Amino acid sequence: MSSSASASLLDIEPRFFTRAQWASFLVPTLILAVLLPVFNALLPSENLLHPSIFTLNLYGKYATYAVLALGVDLLWGYLGILSLGQALFFSLGGYAFGMHLLLMIGKDGQYKSDLPDYMVFLGYKALPAHWEPFYSFWFAALAVLVVPALLAFVFGWLAFRSRIKGVYLSILTQALTYAAALLFFRNDFGFGGNNGFTDFKRVLGADLNSVETRRGLYIASVLLLAFVFLLYRWLTRAKFGHLMQAIRDGENRVLFSGYATARYKLFVFVLVAAITGIAGALYVPQVGIINPSEMTPEKSIEAVVWVAVGGRGTLLGPILGALFVNALKSWATRAAPELWLYFLGGLFVTVVLFLPGGLISIPGKLRLLWAKSSSKAPAADSLVVGH
Amino acid sequence: MPHPILQAEEVTKTFDGFRAINALNFYLFSGELRTVIGPNGAGKSTFFDLLTGRAKPDKGSVRFAADDAAPSVDLTALNEYEIQRLGIGRKFQTPSVFAEHTVFTNLVLSLNGPRGVFASLFHRLDSIARDRLDALLKLVRLDDKRHWKAGLLSHGEKQWLEIGMLLASEPRVLLVDEPAAGMTDEETHRTGELLLSLAGKHSIVVVEHDMSFVKQISVNGQVTVLHQGSVLCEGKFDDVQSNQKVREVYLGRGKH
Repeated sequence: MSSSASASLLDIEPRFFTRAQWASFLVPTLILAVLLPVFNALLPSENLLHPSIFTLNLYGKYATYAVLALGVDLLWGYLGILSLGQALFFSLGGYAFGMHLLLMIGKDGQYKSDLPDYMVFLGYKALPAHWEPFYSFWFAALAVLVVPALLAFVFGWLAFRSRIKGVYLSILTQALTYAAALLFFRNDFGFGGNNGFTDFKRVLGADLNSVETRRGLYIASVLLLAFVFLLYRWLTRAKFGHLMQAIRDGENRVLFSGYATARYKLFVFVLVAAITGIAGALYVPQVGIINPSEMTPEKSIEAVVWVAVGGRGTLLGPILGALFVNALKSWATRAAPELWLYFLGGLFVTVVLFLPGGLISIPGKLRLLWAKSSSKAPAADSLVVGH
Repeated sequence: MPHPILQAEEVTKTFDGFRAINALNFYLFSGELRTVIGPNGAGKSTFFDLLTGRAKPDKGSVRFAADDAAPSVDLTALNEYEIQRLGIGRKFQTPSVFAEHTVFTNLVLSLNGPRGVFASLFHRLDSIARDRLDALLKLVRLDDKRHWKAGLLSHGEKQWLEIGMLLASEPRVLLVDEPAAGMTDEETHRTGELLLSLAGKHSIVVVEHDMSFVKQISVNGQVTVLHQGSVLCEGKFDDVQSNQKVREVYLGRGKH
C-alpha cells in the first residue's frame, strides 16, 4: 500500500514545489530581481544585454499589474467570483501611498507651499486633519493595506451574507468601482479631482527620478510578485484552496457540509484587496501619477481579460496574460492607438471561443497532439489527476 | 423506548399561497430507518429543506435532540452549516459531488472536524483520518477510483460517493433524498443493504420512489406516506401498501 499512501499525500497535501518547480521559480525570479538590475547598473548602455531604466520601469509596472491579475484569478478562477472592480483596490492602495508621496514634495511644488499644489489651487487654508498621519511612511504603508481591505470587508460582508452571487455580484462590484471613480472625480471629495496626484519628488528621502530609486522600485515590484505567487500557491494547495474550488463548483454542497462559505469568500476577498492595494502603491511611484480614471470599470475589466488570455484557474496564467496583453498594448497604442480597444475585444473573444484554457494551456494541447500522433492515447492515465 | 431525535410538530410552509407543508407532524426515533414516500409534489423535498435550514417554516416547531439527557435544539433558528455541525447530514436528489476534485479529496473535505477558515489553512491529514478515509472508500466501493475526478464517475457511483461524504462527517441523522435514482438493480440492492447496515448507529430518513427498494429498506422500519404536505399514514410497508387512502392518492386522483 506504499504507493497509495504516497499518492494520497499527493492528493491533498502535495509537496509545495518539486525540485524542478523550485528551479523554474527561482531562476526567473533571480534573473529579474538580481541580474537585470546588476546589468543595468554595471554594463555600459551600448551593451546589448544592458536593460535601460525605461525597460526596468516598464517591467516593474507589469509586475504590479500581474499582482492585480493574480488577485482577479484567485477570486474568479479558484473561488468563482467574477469581480469587475479589482482595479478599485489597486487604485485605493495607490491613492493611500500617493497621499504620502504628495506630502513628501514639501515646498518643492509649483506654489512653494507646504500644502499639495491642488489644495493651494482650490484655496485650502490648512492640511485636512486626516492627511496629517500620512506624513509617516509607515502609516501610509499600513493604509495601503487597510483601506482596500476595509472597503472589501464592508462590501463583502454585506454581499456574501446576503448570498449575492454570479452576475449580480459582478454588476455590484462594477457599480462599486464606478461609484468610487465618480466620487474621486469630484474636486470637493478632496483627493485632487480628475487630475489626481502627480509630480511626486521623493520617497524615503530618495529622489524618485534617480536611476537608483527607480531600480529599487522595480526590484520591489518583482519581489512582491514572487512573494504573492508563493502565497497564493500555498493558499490554493491547502485544504482551504480545495474548499475554494469546491465553493466554485458547488457552493451548496460545501454549505451543507458544514462550512460557512460566506466567511471563506470574505476572507479571500479581503486578502486579495489588501495585496492588490500593495501592488497599486508600488505602481504609483513608478508611473508618477494616480487619478480616478484608474478606477473606471474598464480598468478592472482589462484585468479580467489578462486573466482570461493567460489562463484562469492557474497561477502562471494571469502573470503571463498581464505581461502579454500589456506588451501588446504598449506596441498597439503606438502602432494603431484608435484600434487598440477593438484589438483587446477581439483577443478576448478569440480566447474564450478557441482557447478557453488561455495561453498557459497551449503547451499541454501541443503535448496531447504529439502524444496522439506518435502513439495510442494513454486513455487510462488521462483520467487520473494529481500527476 | 428510544427518544425522538428529530421532531417536527404542526409545521406549515407556504410558497406564494401554495401549502407545500401543511400542519405536518413527524417523529424520527434514535437509530430508526424511516422511509418517506409520496406522489410528486407531496412536499418531500420541502420537508428536507425545513429540516436542514434551507427553508424556514411559517408555523410549527422543528427540534433536534442528540440524546435523552440533552435539551433539544430549535432547528428553525439555525442555518445550513450550523445544522450540519449538529450532526444532521443531507444527500441531495441529484448527486452533488465536487466534480473537479478527486474522489479522495471529496471525502477529505467532508471529514468531520473543525470547519473554520484558519483550520482549513493549516489542515493536515493524520493517520487516523487516513485510515478512516481508506475504510470509507472500501465501504462505498470506490477504493480503486480514489484518484479519479468525481465528475468522471457513473451516476450510481456519484450517489455512493455522496453517501460516503455524508458518512465522513459522522452524522447522527442522515437525510437521504432518492439514493437509488439512476442506479442499476444490483446497485440499488447494494445501496439498500448499506442503508440497512447503517441503521441503529445512525438515524436515517430516506425519501424514495422505487417501491421494490422501499420494500427492501423498510423491512424492519416504518414507512411514512406524505400527501399534500401532511402525513397521510404511517406503518409497516405491507400495511401502507394495502391502505385504501394510499392507493387513492397514488392511483386515482379524481376525488378532489
